[in-house]
Order: sequence, then structure tokens, then C-alpha cells
Amino acid sequence: MADSPRTHHAAQGQPPGIERSQRGSVLSYLTGLAFAIVLTLASFWAADTHLVWQPAVPVLLAALAIGQMGVHVVFFFHISTGPGDANNFLALAFGIFVVGLVIFGSMLIMSNLDANMPAMPMDQLMKMQR
Amino acid sequence: MSVADPFTAPGEHAHAAAIPYSERGPAPVESVAAFGFWLFLLSDVVMFSGLFAAYAVLADNTAGGPDGAKLFDRGYVLLETACLLFSSFTCGLMALAIERRSALPTYLWAIVTFLLGAAFLGLEVREFTRMVAEGAAPSRSAFLSAFFTLVGTHGLHVTLGLAWMVAMMAQVATLGFLPIVVRRLLCFVLFWHALDIVWIGVFTIVYLGAH
Repeated sequence: MADSPRTHHAAQGQPPGIERSQRGSVLSYLTGLAFAIVLTLASFWAADTHLVWQPAVPVLLAALAIGQMGVHVVFFFHISTGPGDANNFLALAFGIFVVGLVIFGSMLIMSNLDANMPAMPMDQLMKMQR
Repeated sequence: MSVADPFTAPGEHAHAAAIPYSERGPAPVESVAAFGFWLFLLSDVVMFSGLFAAYAVLADNTAGGPDGAKLFDRGYVLLETACLLFSSFTCGLMALAIERRSALPTYLWAIVTFLLGAAFLGLEVREFTRMVAEGAAPSRSAFLSAFFTLVGTHGLHVTLGLAWMVAMMAQVATLGFLPIVVRRLLCFVLFWHALDIVWIGVFTIVYLGAH
């Protein structure tokens, strides 16, 4: 009976971190490393450059960071949208959803509060600090 | 068998589809342990998202003290980033050695990974002590409190990771590649990769976002 761990994985879904085709593994890590290096250097370049319209730089940085996180997930974690990865991918999607809610929700609420808060005179502020 | 089975890889379709879901029994412990650890990592990332949110909200509140543009050295951060990225890569090579159950490459890549991780941690500790010596301590401003909490929590994870790596190498040396040791090793590899992903957020938002 074919009862090896690999057929079990096929039946129950692949655990994260396991590369399906053993032969391509080193190549997969090398590809991931190459992408990661390029994206990291691009991020550090984008932060200092004057070639890009300045207000667009944070958006560019965010895009590069999200791209690099994607590269790490695919080439280092070996998470894919493939059939064996359904559980891992669903958990990841939920994690991204919660992270997005926490970060952007906090920033939205705090900037809204900040904008609607009447400005406090400086001497009153200093009194509060003591 | 003509219906596509969503939980089966295409190559292994014929075998797995012959067994109905109800008769496949519980998932093997390798799948359960790795999936559980994957869930822990995601919850850890959610905790970091709270610290990132706090930093994003407080980054401008310097209370008249030094701001990020004055404190951070980008070349230094690039060096830290390189250490952690290459350690993540060598950790992946260690995972491949573990899957082949070959001890010598496992030790070798573990040592390289450990040294790169320790180098990252050393650079970070030096940066922190320099900042505190310049008067930019966590108590100076809300910005610095948020900075030290976020980056310090990541550094604490790296420290725990290094301790975990030493413990795992001791287990490989004494117990060999027992299934439970291999499971723990692969969980450690996932943990180390996750730290690198969090660091992408740190260097983008904290170090490159400061201007």
C-alpha cells in the first residue's frame, strides 16, 4: 500500500514550507533570493531618489515591500494557490485581512480623531504632560 | 473521478480520489504540526501589525526630540537587511538538507544562518546603544517609544530564534533525525522565514518611511 507521508499530504493538503518538487528546490530558493535582493535595493533606491514625484514615493515603497513579501511567501514558504495548499492559503488570506484591518483601521481612526480634535493651546498641553 | 478534487495535487489524483473524504482518517501529524505552526506565525504577524499601527500613528510625535531622518543611517540598515535576507536563504538551504536527512550540510547551513542572525542582532544592539547614548532613549518621545517597541520586539524574536536554533542543533546531535526533531526543525525554518517578512515591513515603514 502506498502509505508514505507524501501520499498522505496529497490526501490531506500540503503543510507549509514543503517544496513539492524536490529537484527544483535550490533553484526556487535562488530565484527567491535574486528577486528579494533586486526588490530590496529598489526600495532603498526609491527612498532616496528624486527621479520619482515625491508624494508618490511612499506608494512606490509600499508596492515594492508588498511585492517582496509575496516573493518570500512563494519562494521561501512555498505557499501557492494550488490545490494542495487550500488550507494554508485560506489562513494566509485571513491573516492578511486582519493585518490590513488593524493597520489601516488604526491609521484612519487616529487621523480622523486628530483632524476633528480642537487645537489645544501650548501652555495647557505642557500642564497635561506634568 | 471526473469531478476535480480541490484537495488533491494533479499528479496524485488517481490514488487519493479513490478514497472518500470520510474514510481518509485524521491528517498525518506532519501536516497538523506544520499547519498549526503556520497559524501561530500568522497570529504573531497580527501582533506585529498592532505595533506597526502604533508606530504609524506615533511616528510624527517627536515631542521636540530627534526624528527618524536625523537618527537613522540607511547604509547601516541595508547591511542589517542583507544579514537577515541571506540568513533566511541559508536557512532554506538547511531545510533542504533536513529533508534529505544529511547531517553535515544541516550543521553547516545552521552555523552560517546563526552567524548571520547574530550579526544582524549585533548591528541592531549597536544601533540601539548609539541612539540611547545620543539621548534618543525610548522615554524621549512617543515616536521613540513606538520605535523601540516595534524594532525591539522583532529583535527579541530573532534572539529567541537563535536560542531555538542552538537547541535544535543539540537535538540533531543527540537524537538524530527523529520524526519529532525533523518536525521541530521545519517549524523553526518557518519561524525564521517569517522574521524576515516582518523585517521587510520594518525597514520599509520605519527606516525608509522616515524623511
